[in-house]
Amino acid sequence: MAAVHDHDVAHAHDHHPSGMMRWMMTTNHKDIGTMYLWFSFIMFLTGGVMALTIRAELFQPGLQIVNPEFFNQLTTMHGLIMIFGAIMPAFVGFANWQIPMMIGAPDMAFARMNNWSFWLLPPAALLLLSSFFVPGGAPAGGWTIYPPLSVQMGMGMDMAIFAIHIMGASSIMGSINIITTILNMRAPGMTLMKMPMFVWTWLITAYLLVLVMPVLAGAVTMLLTDRNFGTNFFNAAGGGDPVMFQHIFWFFGHPEVYIMILPAFGIVSEVIPTFARKPLFGYSSMVYATASIAILSCIVWAHHMFTAGMPVTGQLFFMYATMLIAVPTGVKVFNWTATMWRGSMTFETPMLFAIGFIFLFTLGGFSGVICAVVPIDIQVQDTYYVIAHFHYVLVSGALFGIFSGAYYWLPKWTGHMYDETLGKVHFWLTMIFFNLTFFVQHFLGLAGMPRRIPDYALQFADFNMISSIGAFGFGLSQLLFLYVVLKCIRGGAKAPAKTWEGGKTLEWTLPSPAPYHSFETPPVVR
Amino acid sequence: MNTIEANSVVMKKLLIFTVVMFAFGFALVPFYEKICEVTGLNNLLQADTLAENPQVDTTRWVTVELDANIQGLPWQFKPLQSSLRVHPGELVEVMYEVKNNSDREINGQAIPSYSPQLLAKHLKKLECFCFSKQVLKPNETRQMPVQFVIESGLPTDVNTVTISYTFFELAGANAANLVTKTNQS
Repeated sequence: MAAVHDHDVAHAHDHHPSGMMRWMMTTNHKDIGTMYLWFSFIMFLTGGVMALTIRAELFQPGLQIVNPEFFNQLTTMHGLIMIFGAIMPAFVGFANWQIPMMIGAPDMAFARMNNWSFWLLPPAALLLLSSFFVPGGAPAGGWTIYPPLSVQMGMGMDMAIFAIHIMGASSIMGSINIITTILNMRAPGMTLMKMPMFVWTWLITAYLLVLVMPVLAGAVTMLLTDRNFGTNFFNAAGGGDPVMFQHIFWFFGHPEVYIMILPAFGIVSEVIPTFARKPLFGYSSMVYATASIAILSCIVWAHHMFTAGMPVTGQLFFMYATMLIAVPTGVKVFNWTATMWRGSMTFETPMLFAIGFIFLFTLGGFSGVICAVVPIDIQVQDTYYVIAHFHYVLVSGALFGIFSGAYYWLPKWTGHMYDETLGKVHFWLTMIFFNLTFFVQHFLGLAGMPRRIPDYALQFADFNMISSIGAFGFGLSQLLFLYVVLKCIRGGAKAPAKTWEGGKTLEWTLPSPAPYHSFETPPVVR
Repeated sequence: MNTIEANSVVMKKLLIFTVVMFAFGFALVPFYEKICEVTGLNNLLQADTLAENPQVDTTRWVTVELDANIQGLPWQFKPLQSSLRVHPGELVEVMYEVKNNSDREINGQAIPSYSPQLLAKHLKKLECFCFSKQVLKPNETRQMPVQFVIESGLPTDVNTVTISYTFFELAGANAANLVTKTNQS
């Protein structure tokens, strides 16, 4: 970022390469955090263009814009890019910027490894995206890459498998770094139960990542050997079982959805107390709720597979276990609401996104409980109801959390205030168009419109048109976010060290922009 | 212990944990198969056992149609009779014939498929060539039996059922070949 760069030039004693090499070689957690955030934003736009192509095709019934094969590639790649390219790296970017500053550490524990974990991502993304240009095209069997489709596909699938390997390695390295930093490098006096909530949620997320990412690596390795080396893990003809892939995949996949939401919980748990000017209500219950969610998330995977063939006892177990997750999640929603209760609230953009998060994420949580009911799930599985559900938790959950955090910490990162008016406009456009896009998909799903199909029956036409209009509005609104961020980097009102009156965590004791090297002498936490 | 040493201890532990979880992913494979075997969820390759006193329902006839397919290997595969009529509860034996048309030795595995689907619940197979892989030498012909009972629990509105087998080439030296053929088909 230009602002940080200028700052370095001013401190000529920080001998480090300049220009492109600075970013290639950097081991500074702030530089690496910045790169993670820009990478994820570029991937967000890439995945967004795919989503808009999908919505353009679905604007009207019939086939107009893309052929069905390409449509399938788009839905698959949209999922993979948004999950592995946009949401996860964005949170790692936040972790890199914020965790050392929030626990009073000078940098991440393994600075060189930190550089590697970032620079693995761009080649992996290129590998994944270039699969569009090989014979057979990109993976087209859905982001869950179920066999037998994923075993039969062309070499685009092999490229996706390698990309997943590389991104997984990057995530694991990042997680090891984050866990070590949090466990070993906290400022004197900062006990675990005094850590900011964002740090807690990331600690738990990082443990989930090292728990399940290797399992995904194993699953895609099995796919790779089934495809190329004559093994039969998932090949029924050779004594394997395609349903087994689903079990192994979702053993990763369900904790993965919490990996994508827990850091957003953390961000919201920082933003709400700041703008309500009250300490977080029920801090320790928040910690225990986060841990319970993480543990429960490991024993509910088969609720993604109710229709794949399962004894009724299994269905009942996974149904009740899934519903149980609503309890700690409810505790969190209650605590956020109670934090706002009788607070001196102001509604700056981060707070708007945080409140939007609570409101819409809870809606997504409710539709999740509905999907968890076996007989209803059998009805709605693979319909747009499921699409609506997981976009309510991933877009208005994870993504709103990211926006909230970005506006909250932008002044700290750049030293300038962002344009508050434009930020609010961005929020309201995002909020309105998001609901326009996804709320109607509940109705489409209940009426039986299947997902991953480029054409649909005539009775779905009106809702699809509304959804497509919403999607284009939503997509274009994000360009406004890009503008606000660029404007904030280039200038604006000088941000004070304590940008927000209610900010209590350690990063607000540092000047804005945060100096290139911070907390070289650890602060003492009372 | 200084921070750098403490950090590398944590890193080592987490790396070991990562490797263990990678292995755990693969350990799920035998674990899954064991669960299926113990609970009887997926026993394609095992013989069924019959109830103590199978009752033959001589008042009912069920037409059994036999079907044979090959998937990507140079064999000829057919049942010796295309259909037969059986009483529920009656033990029957049918023969299939398979011929290797190529001049190389090929391992094949037959995978059963039933229509209607609920037949799977009521079909008990005591003997089947699909319980093990079949190795055919160049130009070898083999006749193979299937012994089965259709239990009298089969719903009365089902009068015709189909038992189908598909031979797949067992991967190995020719796996790449198989993949290409599957892609083309």
